[in-house]
Amino acid sequence: MKNPNKNNPPQPFPADPSRRTLLKGAGLAGAVAVSASSAGVVVATESQSLGNNSAPALEALETLTAAEAEVLEAICDCLIPSDESGPGAKEARAAHYIDRSLASHNRDSRAHYLQSLTALNEQSQKNYGATFENVARDKQVTLIEALQNDQIPGCLPSSRGFFALVRDHTIDGTFCDPYYGGNRDFIGWDMLQYPGIRLSASETDVKQGSALSPNHQSAYDNATYTKMAANTTKGQGGSRNA
Amino acid sequence: MPRSLPETDVVIVGMGAAGGVAALPLTNAGLKVVGLEAGGWLNPRDFAPDELRNNDRNWPQTIQKAASEAPTVRANPSETAVQGGHPMMNAVGGTSMHYWAQSWRLNPWDFKVVSSTLARYGRGRIPEDSTVEDWPISYEDLEPFYDKVEYTVGVSGRAGNVQGVINSAGNIFEGQRRREYPMQPLRSSPFTDLMSSAAAKMDWHPFQGPAAITTEVYDGRPPCQYHGFCNKGGCHIQAKSSTAFSTIPKAIDTGNLDIVTFARVTEIRTDVSGKVTGVEYLKGNEIFFQPAQVVLIASYAYENVRLLLLSKSSAFPNGLANNSDQVGKHYMSHHQGSPVAALFPEDLHNWYGLPAQGVALDDWADDNFDHSGLEFIGGANLWVHTDRKPIGAAKMDTFGEAPSWGKDWKAFIARNADRSNTSYIQKTTLPYLNNYLDLDPSVKDSIGLPVTRITARYRENELRIADFAQDKMEEWYRAAGATHVLRFGLGNAMGATTHAYGGTRMGDSPDTNVADRWGFCHEAPNLGILGASLMGTSGSRNPTLTVQALAWRTAEHLVSNWRSRTA
Repeated sequence: MKNPNKNNPPQPFPADPSRRTLLKGAGLAGAVAVSASSAGVVVATESQSLGNNSAPALEALETLTAAEAEVLEAICDCLIPSDESGPGAKEARAAHYIDRSLASHNRDSRAHYLQSLTALNEQSQKNYGATFENVARDKQVTLIEALQNDQIPGCLPSSRGFFALVRDHTIDGTFCDPYYGGNRDFIGWDMLQYPGIRLSASETDVKQGSALSPNHQSAYDNATYTKMAANTTKGQGGSRNA
Repeated sequence: MPRSLPETDVVIVGMGAAGGVAALPLTNAGLKVVGLEAGGWLNPRDFAPDELRNNDRNWPQTIQKAASEAPTVRANPSETAVQGGHPMMNAVGGTSMHYWAQSWRLNPWDFKVVSSTLARYGRGRIPEDSTVEDWPISYEDLEPFYDKVEYTVGVSGRAGNVQGVINSAGNIFEGQRRREYPMQPLRSSPFTDLMSSAAAKMDWHPFQGPAAITTEVYDGRPPCQYHGFCNKGGCHIQAKSSTAFSTIPKAIDTGNLDIVTFARVTEIRTDVSGKVTGVEYLKGNEIFFQPAQVVLIASYAYENVRLLLLSKSSAFPNGLANNSDQVGKHYMSHHQGSPVAALFPEDLHNWYGLPAQGVALDDWADDNFDHSGLEFIGGANLWVHTDRKPIGAAKMDTFGEAPSWGKDWKAFIARNADRSNTSYIQKTTLPYLNNYLDLDPSVKDSIGLPVTRITARYRENELRIADFAQDKMEEWYRAAGATHVLRFGLGNAMGATTHAYGGTRMGDSPDTNVADRWGFCHEAPNLGILGASLMGTSGSRNPTLTVQALAWRTAEHLVSNWRSRTA
């Protein structure tokens, strides 16, 4: 090595991608759903709650206080409500997704939630004498309309800005891969008749479209994407033997 | 003091779409090449079909070097520029990892805008403040290199003009090519069939666009499986012909390419005579000097310009190769904005589509139609594609038919999740005086160096094209049965984009161009430039294949002119 600061190009993917990757892809559906390390936690959680058609078990909170989480969940329920057409953001555990995301990717928004959820509660107390989650749905809707119309004081980055933020995050939490703690039981994907991630989609699959039966799999149920697998090899590059 | 490394023949700054291609002809010819790459290696196990991570959270480019030096943007020289995001990523393979992989040749007109316009319409049609020139080369000059890249990287598509034989299944407006594409195009879908037949009924000429995506086993890589997560996601089976999976592994196999990852190049050094001697880079917290006989800069347009402007010396007090004050000039960003969206009464079957699986119309692009009665030159390529994902669907516009939340909204998106589509319209942009790149006077990157500042706005010609193209797009959607059509704003400032052009323009005159017709600097003959920063016109289609053809051409020129270039 004339140059000690080079990285060897690590290329830990299968020796013959034209065969092995495809075989893997084809066999993934049933075989490896339980092996994914991080996803395994989610799968376990899901299977607990699957057997219970009443309210899902509440997960521990990572960032929000219990009071904040209750307000947030009520907001989610207003934004994408459960109705005769099916469950909504509350059942999809969008609030749980948001709570977790505020500790990671959305950490810059944490202060916005802290202040704005309290501000919404204060307005609710002032107008109706009770916290947001404890007033009737029509009053909650009125308060969210006020939030959207920039009329709730004390919000960050602004009343309207927080509305846009919480709407965005509620959609993320309802329609994201369940790996992230939302879209519980694939409620969001079923709402849209999205038949699920398929590593390979045939022309027939495409023609069926929304009529295709949903496969209810997380991307990370596929071993292809588990990052910590032990069977990786390091090569020197070159596509044919890498 | 930087640690000095042993000299190499060629240093390439950036192992992306351009540098990754140039490395192959160089190393095949036996030249020793060091590739300095600001990112690391990624592989198919990293490319999960995860919309939240890839599309909403912009993994992985958000934490990389490019993001830490995102350009600032302003429309006019009188304003203070504001920093935005950076759409490109750092990795071996660069943005060819997560791009859409549309792989177009420019049309012959794009090379000769000035002379063609003059010949067809007479004087006065080029906007007065435009600095546009004809390219120093023609489409025919570049054709052999387009061909080499299409076959080496692996591009699928349908030719419209093979040696003068026109095939209406391809683009009948394209320049003559020597042979058919190496692979048939990506398959059609119910939606692309719908749009194609609507266009054909209007006597327009729809065709499936070319893509650097395999449609059969090609060079040991399997064909596309249509899972649809190309956009901002790499391909889990290497069907996308990123340079990381096509040319770079082959260059490594020659034994002549050493890639240094996470190397942040900070300066190109020159001697007192103005000859380039090598580059300085930071890796971890250590500074290295890599001497080289020839330096090729192949970072993105913003970074190519920035690196030259940061490299000041006694021979080049205003930045390398900038004694004629042309570095940063003639900047253009493709006018990719101002889309049109449509709502259809039936499902479009797009859940497993990809952005490169679509239908194109070139009838209103370039000079493919008569501009006699029109107040602009150039045009737009209209593109509709099949990419559809659940979060994106839920965030769709409601076309005035529903509020933005609540029960009625929920019913709307449940019904229409697979019924809306947004077009992608790429429009001719011209270079102008006062549209340029320079260094921002106050905003710095994470190691204290000034970032690039974009000063640019669309002018009348661009806005008229946008308006015209939106009319055509609306007509097309309506003909296909759309019940609602929305047109979005035409834009003003040219923010940072994946299609940035100019800044180190290529041309015969050293007074108005940084690079010569081979991509080497007029003022520094052993400094070559790779990338769309060379391009003097934007075309109305994705630039990557043209960038790659130019990179191959520059590399071949270097191989055949090694002695004179290194003298």
